[in-house]
Amino acid sequence: MDLLEGAFLTIVTAAAPLLIAALGELVSERSGVLNLGLEGMMAMGAVAGFATAHLTGNPAIGVLASIAAGAATAALFGFLTLVLVANQVASGLALTLFGLGLSALIGDAFVSLPGQGMPVVYIPFLSDLPVIGRVVFGQDWLVYVAVALTFGVAWFLFRTRGGLILRSVGDNHTSAHALGYSVIRVRFMAVLFGGACAGLAGGYLSLVYTPQWTQNMTAGRGWIALALVVFATWLPWRVAAGALLFGAVSILQLHAQAFGIPLPSQFLSMLPYLTTIIVLVLISRSSVLLRANTPAALAQPFVPDR
Amino acid sequence: MHIELTRRPHRSTAMALASPLLAIALTLVTGIVMFTLIGVDPGKALYVYFVEPLTAAWSIEQLLIKAAPMILIAIGLAFCFRSNTWNIGAEGQLVAGAIVGSVLPIMVPDWTGPLVLPLMMIMGIAGGMAFAAIPALLKIRFGTNEILTSLMLVYVAELLLDLLARGPWRNPEGLNFPDSRPFSDGQLLPVIFGDGVRLNIVFVLVAVAVAWFVLGRTITGFQISVLGQAPRAGAFAGFSRKRMILIAFLISGGMAGLAGIAEVAGPIGMLRTTVSPGYGFTAIIVAFLGRLQPVGMLLAGLLLALTFLGGEGAQFELGLSDQTTRVFQGMLLFYVLACDTFIFYRPRIVRSRTAGATAATEPGHGSS
Repeated sequence: MDLLEGAFLTIVTAAAPLLIAALGELVSERSGVLNLGLEGMMAMGAVAGFATAHLTGNPAIGVLASIAAGAATAALFGFLTLVLVANQVASGLALTLFGLGLSALIGDAFVSLPGQGMPVVYIPFLSDLPVIGRVVFGQDWLVYVAVALTFGVAWFLFRTRGGLILRSVGDNHTSAHALGYSVIRVRFMAVLFGGACAGLAGGYLSLVYTPQWTQNMTAGRGWIALALVVFATWLPWRVAAGALLFGAVSILQLHAQAFGIPLPSQFLSMLPYLTTIIVLVLISRSSVLLRANTPAALAQPFVPDR
Repeated sequence: MHIELTRRPHRSTAMALASPLLAIALTLVTGIVMFTLIGVDPGKALYVYFVEPLTAAWSIEQLLIKAAPMILIAIGLAFCFRSNTWNIGAEGQLVAGAIVGSVLPIMVPDWTGPLVLPLMMIMGIAGGMAFAAIPALLKIRFGTNEILTSLMLVYVAELLLDLLARGPWRNPEGLNFPDSRPFSDGQLLPVIFGDGVRLNIVFVLVAVAVAWFVLGRTITGFQISVLGQAPRAGAFAGFSRKRMILIAFLISGGMAGLAGIAEVAGPIGMLRTTVSPGYGFTAIIVAFLGRLQPVGMLLAGLLLALTFLGGEGAQFELGLSDQTTRVFQGMLLFYVLACDTFIFYRPRIVRSRTAGATAATEPGHGSS
């Protein structure tokens, strides 16, 4: 039972950063902006969080720094793609290259330093429940943030006026503009939110998941989070389910050797990437699901006519 | 205060030429600020980065050696990007080319006849093509997003290379280093001038010439541009988008594969766990900085090679992290993309109106 419980615990912690980053990207894409720079923003969040936590000795301030760093890099992307209407795909790639480089440059001074761990939140009594107790009620508090964020994003997008405006901007920017909404402002805010989430997810990696800084520690999670959004057909609840699935796959590779599966470790490390491809293929076959929810103006530039 | 864009009636040719230069200038200015901030003399740093590599014969050779793979890959990518197809997994296709091309020298180390080198190159190209065909076919058959699949395959290729170099292909006489056996002399591209500039520099020149002809002077090149810029017009003209996706991916994969096998059968001389410092990704910057024009990409490749080389010098002489180079490269791409806006738009800086006036802005008749 202990092994199973341990596996569930690690699945949830592996899923949380994917979930947080993917939710941010989902909001950004729902407003019509495809930000491929997730990996770069996560790396910036990771290094900012770790460095700040190390310098101040306070991981909570580190988390705030992660969020700020992610949002700041996203602002750069927003300026480029929204104000200067640069190509979103190319700008996102630039953000990834830039973010990975800058984070490694900043992080050079912090390599191999011990990190500041985050306390685990045990909810009294409930966390003592058998099997599910620890999994559901004894996690790092960022896991709770991820869950709250899922509720929050789902509520905002589909139950509030702001969410309706955001989706309308993402589906038809011309009409939204004609109705008097500032397309660029709405999109900029969505991009900033996406950046803040990506930064938080990066901070989770360097402060909680593996409390240390190593270059390229995001290891493709930003790209997997991007795939999650497609997999989830732009619906928050499915993102949560997908994140758990990918968490399970990435944990599987860690536990596979313990279970004595005789495969080279490299094959096991390929699993998350191969799973992503397979899942993307499966989801893109069902065009009904995709067509219903894909933001119609995704990645299309908008220049307001005056 | 904010920036308003008005569409130019015509594409600005002057700006199209000036934009890469402006981007380079802005990168240098930002570099000066960055170096000043981290307490390095900016004059000295820029000299080490961008001038010193050009002052010695050996480092000019190094420049050509490093530029060659990036230009080859960028030329392939231009076919993709022009047709609005996004292959961003060139790094993986490079690795696939290196792996498949290395089969002969590793399996039959004694075969050094005149046929082996051409065969290795063809196998390298085929490896890159086959690996690029995966995202292309998934896109064509199922409509799967090619950006994500091509990128995911980079990790798969790198892990496969790691597995081979540490496992079955490790040199039995190699003291447990994760390297293959060194390739024999007849299995390496011949040095054609200096100490290390090999035959692949000729591949580059041929590729530039062929790409210039195909992109600018043939119906295929025309179809690529039409499908990229006006997909509906292309469809009405009877051009097949699916066919074009496959062609673009095969060309770019083949070029990346060629770059990969030319690295292992060239400067590296064996198969190792890593065969490229990210040439496949940097080639994306080369492609954009060179405006997707063959000659432009040739120049851009040399400039990006300079940043790699300058980065090594800066690491050695100024104690700067080698990551400074990647920051420079990312910044350069940002500025290129930003400056490209002004080819099609005229910017106007508008003073902020009062908050109330902004909120009450009458919604224009939007059409974009």
